[in-house]
Amino acid sequence: MVAFRNHRPSQLSALALNRRRMLALGGLAAGAGALGACGGNTGRGSADGVNLSQWYHQYGEPGTQQAAEKYAAAYEDATVTINWIPGDYDTALSSGLLAEKQGDYPDVFEGHLNRAMVESGQIVPLDDILTDVLDDYTPDDLARNTIDGKVYGVRMIDDPQFLYYRPSLLDGAGITPPATFEELMAAAAELTTGDVKGLFLGNDDSATKLFQPIVFSAGQTLLTEDNQIGFDKDTVIAGALQAKELHESSSLLIGAPTEAWDPSSIIQELCAIQWCGLWALPQIIEAHGEDIAVIPFPAFGSGTPTVFNGGWDTFVNAGSEHVDEAKAFVKWLWVDNEEFILDWNLSYGFHIPPRLSMRGGAEQLADGPAAEAVRISEEFGWAENPNWTPTMETAVDDMMTHIVLEGNDPSTEFDNAVATIQGELDGIFG
Amino acid sequence: MAVSAPAADTERAGTGDQRPRPRRSGRLRTSLAFWAFVGPFLAGLMVFTLVPVVWSAYLSLFDATNTVTPLPEDFVGFGNYADMLTDRAFQDSLITFSVFAAFIVPLTFACSLGLALMLNQLRFMRAFFRSVFFLPFACSYVVASLVWKMSIFSGVRYGLMNSILDLFGIEDVAWLFSPDPPWYWLVIVSLRLWIQCGFYMILFIAALQQIPQHLYEAAYVDGAKPGRQTFWHITLPQLRATAVAVLMLILIAAYQAFDEFVNLIGNQAYARPPLAYLYYTALGTQQDLGRGSAGALILALLIAIVTLLQGRFLGFGNKEGR
Repeated sequence: MVAFRNHRPSQLSALALNRRRMLALGGLAAGAGALGACGGNTGRGSADGVNLSQWYHQYGEPGTQQAAEKYAAAYEDATVTINWIPGDYDTALSSGLLAEKQGDYPDVFEGHLNRAMVESGQIVPLDDILTDVLDDYTPDDLARNTIDGKVYGVRMIDDPQFLYYRPSLLDGAGITPPATFEELMAAAAELTTGDVKGLFLGNDDSATKLFQPIVFSAGQTLLTEDNQIGFDKDTVIAGALQAKELHESSSLLIGAPTEAWDPSSIIQELCAIQWCGLWALPQIIEAHGEDIAVIPFPAFGSGTPTVFNGGWDTFVNAGSEHVDEAKAFVKWLWVDNEEFILDWNLSYGFHIPPRLSMRGGAEQLADGPAAEAVRISEEFGWAENPNWTPTMETAVDDMMTHIVLEGNDPSTEFDNAVATIQGELDGIFG
Repeated sequence: MAVSAPAADTERAGTGDQRPRPRRSGRLRTSLAFWAFVGPFLAGLMVFTLVPVVWSAYLSLFDATNTVTPLPEDFVGFGNYADMLTDRAFQDSLITFSVFAAFIVPLTFACSLGLALMLNQLRFMRAFFRSVFFLPFACSYVVASLVWKMSIFSGVRYGLMNSILDLFGIEDVAWLFSPDPPWYWLVIVSLRLWIQCGFYMILFIAALQQIPQHLYEAAYVDGAKPGRQTFWHITLPQLRATAVAVLMLILIAAYQAFDEFVNLIGNQAYARPPLAYLYYTALGTQQDLGRGSAGALILALLIAIVTLLQGRFLGFGNKEGR
C-alpha cells in the first residue's frame, strides 16, 4: 500500500480507490438485493374479497389448463388463482403445504390422501360439504378419501387403467385378447416384430406396477380392514416370478420416449398392447379410429382380471387463512357444479364422473371402448388405501425391482419388504 | 491506499503528526472492505447452508413427517439414525454410489489428464480443441440427461445407439431400465465424463504449463528419453498438487451425483445414489424429514471422513512438486 501511494500520481490512486470502494459497495448492494429477492412478495393482492390459490398437476390433454382457469374465473365469492404445476407435482405440493405465507401455499389442491397428511394436520375434513351426496359416490371413492371415519377429499375424476390393444394386429396374428397372464405373455411374444414390441407397461415402472395386479387378482388386498398386511407370500412370489419371465422375454417395450400414462407409444405403433388410462382414449381413437379396444389386466394364476381405478381428489389446506371460503369453493366446483364436473371429465381426456347421478349424462362413455372401460372398471376395479404409506409402496416397489429385474432371491426380498411394512404399521397403529 | 481522506483529516487536525491516523483509518478501511466483500457471502452461507444444517440436525432427532417444526412429543432420539443405518435401501444407495465412484473417479482423472497431455502437445488449433473439450462443462446435467435418454440411449429402434446396433443386426437394448446386464452404467458414466472432463483438463493444462522446461532439458542431458520416462519421473510428480486437488474435486462431485440419476432413471432400486434416495425420502409424498435429515448427516459424515483420509494419504495442501 505504501509503495503504491509513493510511486503513483495521487489522482490515479484516488481513482483506483474509488473504483475499489465502489465495487465493495456494489457487492454489498448486490448481496442485499439477492437476499431481498428471496423474500419477495408473491401474495396476490386484491382490492376486495378473498384470494384463493388452487393447485393442479399438469394434465397432458390440451385445453385442461384453460378449463381450470375458466372455472376459477366463474366463481364469484373469491378470486381464485390457478397454479398449474409441471414436473414433479408431489414434491412441489409437499413443499407448498409446508409454506406459511398466503400465496406460497395452496388453499385448495388436488392430490391423493395418505394418513400422514391427516396426522400432521395438513388437511381439514370435508364431511359437512359432502353430507347430502355421500351416497352418490362409489364405496371405493369414499373409502380412499376416508381416515378414521372422516372424509377429507372430494373425488374429481375416476381414471381406470387397463390395457389398450389393436384388434387388427391380434386378428392378423390369429390370437384372441388375453385373459390370463400366460396368454398375455404368449400374445406379447407373438405380436413382437422387428419394429413393434408386443407390450408396453412402462419404462421405469414396468416391474413395480405389477405388484398390485398380482395381489388383487388373487382376491387379496394391500391392507385388511383392521390394518394388517393383506397379501401372502406364495401369491406374490408366484406372480413376481411370472413378471420376471415376461421381462426376460424380449417382447416388452422398455425405454420408450414417454411413460405409459402417455399414449404416444401405441399411437406411434411402437407396441401392439399398452397399459394406459381412460383419459388417453380420445387421442388414441384419433390415431387408430375403430382399431382400438380395451381389456382389463389379465388374471394371475387362477385369479380374476384387475383394473386399477386411479384418479384425483381435491383437498383443503388446513393451514389456509381462508379454510371456510376454500371449502365453499370446493363445494361449488367439485360437488355441486354438474356442468363443470362433466366438462372436466369428458371434454378433454376421458374420465368417469365420480358422481353416480351424473354418469347418465356422460354420452361420450355410452358406447365403444369407452363403455367397455367403464364396465371393466366397475367389475374388476380396485382402489388405493390411504393407510398404505409411500414408505410401504417403496418397499414393495424395491422388492419387485430386485426380484423381477435383478433376479434376487424372491423369498428374502419378500421378507424384507414385509418387515418394512410391518414396521410402518406398528409405528402407526401399534 | 487512502489519499484524499487522510489529507482532509490532517487539515482538520492541524498538526504535523500524520502517521498513526492514516494507518488506523487505513486499517478501518481494510476491515470495512473485508466485510463488504466477505459479508454477503458469509450471510449467504449462514442463511442457506449453516442454518439448514443445524436445523436438519435438529429435525433428525424427531419424527418429522410433513413438518419442519416438530412437536416435543415427537422426539425420537437417535431412532432415525438407527432406522437409516439398518434401512436396506439406504445401504444399497451407498453401494450404488461406491460402484459409481469406482468407475467415475479414475476414468475422469485419466481422461482429463490424457486430454490435457494431448492438447499440450498440439502445435496448431490449440484454442479450438481446448474450447471444444471445455464446452460440455457449460451444459446442465438435466439437458444432457434428456439428450442421452431421449436421443442417444433411447430404448426404441430409432435411438442413436440402437440404430447403430441395428446395422450389425443386434437387437434393441433397453439401456436404462433393465439392470441385467447393467448397461445403465454406460449411459450414466459416459454422460458425466462428457460434462466433466473438459473442466479438469483445463486445470491440468494450467499445471502442465507451470512445469519448468529446464527440468526436461536436464533430464535429456542425463540420458532420459522423452515419453514414458519423463512422464513418470518429471511430469507426474510435478502435477502432484493439482492431481490431488482434482482427485478430491472429482470425488466430491461424485458424492453429489443426483441430477443424471434422477433424470435418466428416476426412483429405481438398482440405481439410486444416496442423494436421490434421501430426496425421495424427505420430499415427494413420503415427506419424512426426520429420517431424511438423519440420512443426510450420515452421508455428510462419510464424505468428511473420506475427504480427510484422502487428504492425509495423498497430502492435500502440500506444495507443488513435493
